[in-house]
Amino acid sequence: MTDTPAIELKGISKAFGPVQANKDIAIRVMPGTIHGIIGENGAGKSTLMSILYGYYKADKGDIFINGKKTAIPDSQAAISAGIGMVFQHFKLVQNFSVLENVILGVEDGALLQTSLAKARGVLKHLAEEYELQVDPDALIEDLSVGHQQRVEILKALYREAEILILDEPTGVLTPAEADHLFRILEGLKREGKTIILITHKLREIMEITDTVSVMRRGEMTATVKTSETSPEQLAELMVGRKVLLRVDKTPAKHGKPVLEVENLRHVDEAGVERLKGISFTVRAGEILGLAGVSGNGQTHLLHVLGGYADATGTVRVNGQDIDLTGNYSDGKSRRARGIAHVPEDRHHEALILPFAAWENLIFGYHNDAAYQSGPLMNNAAIKEEAAQKMMRFDVRPPNANLAARNFSGGNQQKLVLAREIERNPEILLVGQPTRGVDIGAIEFIHQQIVALRDKGKAILLVSVELDEILSLSDRIAVMFDGEIMGERLPSETNQTELGLLMAGVTEMPDKDKPLIEVVNEQLEAKKRREEAAKKNG
Amino acid sequence: MDFNTVIQVLDSTIRLSTPLLLACLAGLFSERSGIVDIGLEGKMLIAAFFSAAVAFMTGSVWLGLLAGVVSSMALSAIHGLASITFRGNQIISGVALNFLASGLTVLIAQTWFSQGGRTPSLVGGARFSELTLPFADSLRPVPVLGPIYADLISGHSILVYVAFLLVPLTWWVMFRTRFGLRLRAVGEAPEAVDTAGVSVVGLRFASIAIAGVLCGLAGAYLATGLQAGFVREMTAGRGYIALAALIFAKWRPWYALGACLLFGFLQAVALRFQNIDLGAFVVPVQVMDALPYILTVVILAGFVGKAIPPRAGGEPYVKER
Repeated sequence: MTDTPAIELKGISKAFGPVQANKDIAIRVMPGTIHGIIGENGAGKSTLMSILYGYYKADKGDIFINGKKTAIPDSQAAISAGIGMVFQHFKLVQNFSVLENVILGVEDGALLQTSLAKARGVLKHLAEEYELQVDPDALIEDLSVGHQQRVEILKALYREAEILILDEPTGVLTPAEADHLFRILEGLKREGKTIILITHKLREIMEITDTVSVMRRGEMTATVKTSETSPEQLAELMVGRKVLLRVDKTPAKHGKPVLEVENLRHVDEAGVERLKGISFTVRAGEILGLAGVSGNGQTHLLHVLGGYADATGTVRVNGQDIDLTGNYSDGKSRRARGIAHVPEDRHHEALILPFAAWENLIFGYHNDAAYQSGPLMNNAAIKEEAAQKMMRFDVRPPNANLAARNFSGGNQQKLVLAREIERNPEILLVGQPTRGVDIGAIEFIHQQIVALRDKGKAILLVSVELDEILSLSDRIAVMFDGEIMGERLPSETNQTELGLLMAGVTEMPDKDKPLIEVVNEQLEAKKRREEAAKKNG
Repeated sequence: MDFNTVIQVLDSTIRLSTPLLLACLAGLFSERSGIVDIGLEGKMLIAAFFSAAVAFMTGSVWLGLLAGVVSSMALSAIHGLASITFRGNQIISGVALNFLASGLTVLIAQTWFSQGGRTPSLVGGARFSELTLPFADSLRPVPVLGPIYADLISGHSILVYVAFLLVPLTWWVMFRTRFGLRLRAVGEAPEAVDTAGVSVVGLRFASIAIAGVLCGLAGAYLATGLQAGFVREMTAGRGYIALAALIFAKWRPWYALGACLLFGFLQAVALRFQNIDLGAFVVPVQVMDALPYILTVVILAGFVGKAIPPRAGGEPYVKER
């Protein structure tokens, strides 16, 4: 290994209007290493990397590639310098094939034929070399998110990138897909490529990087060797204060059953049965964690319980049936029964992004007498209350007039939680409470959920993050393919067992057989069942 | 209805389809790149005027054609400046161009020719003459095929053949060339094009320049081929019918040909038969004139499959933050 860094940035600054996204940043990335950049949402990680990729132009500062000062005014220059980037939001043309996406911008000649043929060959080769299998003729819109990401990596490799930047690559992946991605990255590193991994997940940093740089509020606060640091230290560097990574909670003092679900069945609009006879109970003062890979019915369960999908079966709240047939099943009547809902999809189901925070803080409850003033809304009272809620939930910036879209993910989630928890519900349904939320906010959100539990409320927590399920739940149920595969106590289970249940494996397999094979068999069986159901339907 | 009438109606279908087809392909290039072009009408109109005016003054239809194309491209450039460079609203920019063309043509026509907002009639070399394809006359006596070749396929001005040849050419450019791939990509996901190191602005300007040329041809054909001179508002909503045909065609070249032939046929029938007597009741000509729009509404209501426009259409490209 040489001493010349593959990338060196000096004095990079970038402002968006009044917001200083990057302040005098310096960083050195050595060739053939995996370099992590960690920081909270809005710390400036993505901006910095977008500058390196020529997507944004820095206000000032210099970029050195392999020791040579290089100007990167646009993405073309970055590509020529051997830099490839996998954005958090993929830059793919949805109705193009994989091949077309790969050659876009680097076609050989004015006609497509030769480029497509060449790309087909190169892709085959890359697939074998790096476990990057993907059907070259498939349309992007038909691919899973994990496969779309592979296409992005293939795009970079096809452009002969020596330096690969990945921005929050695992945010959209299942645990198995994330593991596969890390194997791919290890493979690329072995081939001598330099990888920059942007993430806010400490576990990923510890697992795969050689060096890690920490960013906070647009500044680079530290660069350390991964082997010489700890998650606690990194968290402190990121947030600027000590952070509790584990959830601090006392054992649950549970009471009578509050939410009882029996034999719940739901068929979606396409005619696929998404819930296949689900039964479970949540008691007062406990958190039931519902684990599972996304797309196994959790979303539909939340929709049914939250009142925007019909179902058959029985749901009782405090012993009384609630209507599931659609006559009185809507969000409003659910709220009247004491069910509050923090949806999984914050941007589409929980907030109206262009609306101000104070408006978002009353949605669903906006017909309350307290908010009315004759025929008009009592905006002064609403704003007053909003300001207090925002203070109690530490929403930053504490400006109730700001549109919801201008808050970071964590602060948006705090807005939703403030709205739902402050109504003091009997039952809180909460889906993916910390998706896209930074560490400091995660700690706060977890504390709020536990506090509500300690007030004797029943909480159903749906999350694809096993860590979150394990640390927050008092009991864990695992969903697979519309069914509950089993219930476990957090103290009596582990990641491996839960991971197998999440893939539908209920019996521990032979010791000789690799786990990944068992899991793959189950997943393929599920796919076959789905295809058969589609044909019959 | 005898065979001759059928041939005549179909012949006029081809003539009337031609400006629709050219405008429709113009719209296809523009909208496939993500620029909604409601200004097809205005571009055709201004091209019709300048082609007729220059053809009259110089006596050369070719110089007229050039003037038409240049004037249409000038409007395209304004559209591009407003909606690409300055990221304005594409609909508003397009509508403004239509008003501009509508007013400007009559104003200049009146100033130059003082004939009530029209150009003098074009004669001789100032009009596109009808081409007679080889053997047209000698094959005419052949039953059925003879008249079809001699009267239907032969005997149109050069722009008609150009328009129809542009269909396979457009398809080929769109789906077989690098330019087409990038152009389709920029209408679907401009950020993908941008990060691939290709200029979004450049591609979009190129595509509306092509749209300008095609609209120029369409307008010139109207004034110097289909008719002999410019009269006010002579495009008569053809730009909008072309847009309707484009949606009907789901933004595809071959479908566009079919849609434009259908709409051209409806116009030809309306022109030929005025009020159609179906025995029980009479279909007034207005119904025929309205039919393309009614059809489009029916199609858009989802009766004939789903028309999915280019995803980035209508939105100026701004890098996400």
